Amino acid sequence: MSLSKLNSLYREVILDHADHPHHKHALTDATTTMTVKNPTCGDVINLDIDLNEDDVITNIGFTGEGCTISQSSASMMSDAVLGKTKDDALKMAKTFSDMVMGKQHYQADLDELDDAAILSSIVSFPARIKCATLSWWALQRALLSNQQEESDGEA
Amino acid sequence: MKTDISDLRGDFPILDQLVNDEPLTYLDNAATAQKPNQVVAALTHFYQTDNANVHRGVHTLAERATVAYEDARHKVTHFINAAEPAEVIFTKGATDSLNLIASTYGEANIEAGDEIVISIMEHHSNLIPWQQLVLRKHATLKYIELTPTGELDMADADTKITDKTKIVAVAHASNVMGTVNPIVALTKMAHQHGAIMVCDGAQAVPHMPVDVQALDVDFYAFSGHKMMAPTGIGVLYGKRDLLAAMPPYQFGGEMINFVHRYESTWNELPWKFEAGTQNIAGAVGLGAAIDYLENLGMSNVQAHEQQLVNSLLPQLTADHQIEVYGPNDPVRHTGVIAFNIKGLHPHDVATALDMEGVAVRAGHHCAQPLMETLGLVATARASLYIYNTQDDVDRLIHALNETKEFFSHELIKAE
Repeated sequence: MSLSKLNSLYREVILDHADHPHHKHALTDATTTMTVKNPTCGDVINLDIDLNEDDVITNIGFTGEGCTISQSSASMMSDAVLGKTKDDALKMAKTFSDMVMGKQHYQADLDELDDAAILSSIVSFPARIKCATLSWWALQRALLSNQQEESDGEA
Repeated sequence: MKTDISDLRGDFPILDQLVNDEPLTYLDNAATAQKPNQVVAALTHFYQTDNANVHRGVHTLAERATVAYEDARHKVTHFINAAEPAEVIFTKGATDSLNLIASTYGEANIEAGDEIVISIMEHHSNLIPWQQLVLRKHATLKYIELTPTGELDMADADTKITDKTKIVAVAHASNVMGTVNPIVALTKMAHQHGAIMVCDGAQAVPHMPVDVQALDVDFYAFSGHKMMAPTGIGVLYGKRDLLAAMPPYQFGGEMINFVHRYESTWNELPWKFEAGTQNIAGAVGLGAAIDYLENLGMSNVQAHEQQLVNSLLPQLTADHQIEVYGPNDPVRHTGVIAFNIKGLHPHDVATALDMEGVAVRAGHHCAQPLMETLGLVATARASLYIYNTQDDVDRLIHALNETKEFFSHELIKAE
């Protein structure tokens, strides 16, 4: 029964987000949009963001296809950054990246990530780290306003 | 003849290990095959005893290395029944072989308005070289489509291959669906219209008897590593007349005859296409892999895999929670089977199977246009080889059942 090990990755929260993703819809007239792909598996995330004049994320939505991990990560990421400023959201993306890569990070920063922090277990599944980071990478690209379609060519 | 499979597994120490506390069930052979002790020993022997550069010295080791390298070429010649060793060119692998044809024959012969016909089931390695060639030449690329059962639509092939066609390039066996394509019929069609036939044999040569003269193909490409040889060695077979008329692929040592300040002449076949120091040990390893396969007999290799497919494929197609892509008839199938568990992404499935020690591939299998045609983002893929057993098939089925149960249970709990 070595599938019991899967419980550490596919936690209830993650499965819930994958099954009932939050913010999974396109925004009309979004101020920023970004499409990223993971060419190794074909997963796609289209991310729409509304930023107001104070650089606060006032609305966020995503569409696309992917595995349980990439879909739930996109859902949890959207929850976490909604209402945050651009700078705060970029900082959260950095924290998330450090967390899944097993780099040093602070518990206080992790708390900011809400549900998304639960993906720290992905460290034990190195082949799946890209799945978790795809939506956060879309967020970074969107906020840094590099508006062309990009592929995730690096780990 | 050694055909006892339990005996065979002892030749592959890598298979005798636990992965995630479970016995390794290696079912990713379409990606690369494991190497038997005999191949590893051949490499070790070469490096410890005969290593030198080839065709370049009068000393004893240089001579021994040259003999070993050319002996490997003779083994390949016999293995695929090429007419002579001059028609067997060593490359880095099937991708390199196909790029070689596109860059030499293609560059020299394709003109604006010409057409190249490939199939929609091609691996990127037999697609992008042609796609880029037609872009450079303002020529046209056409695709032979599939039947609903994942086989080549030969009626479509008949309309796509015309007098405008200069090259037809099709895989001998699909790396996704396990389909075996009717190469003899396609080659006849190509030749009737004055086109040449290129066949990508990467998924065929390791698994079935291949006779390039019987197929009558003009070029045939394959990789060593999928047939238990080391990575970085492969073969391009080509008919002598075509190879002789083609310009060289790369320039440098070995491929020359005389070099003057402002002009050079080229070496004879096959060395004209082997610039620089080649993967000599890789060729020796490929020779050892061919010895190993010939000792088993390619008909026995094919029969063994067929027996496993006869067990695995019907179990997968009978499962209403599993979708199988490609022919449902085990007899028309290599040991490559693409599938999905309905409602689950193949990456999640592959992670779950890995926890059970079962190694499968998940993704688009370097065949994105095929995935698009099938309306899929990705699939899981199990692929068999000679050292797999009924036990491996049973472990895969067991692990798939566990996976379905894990996710259904968890999903219900989550609601």
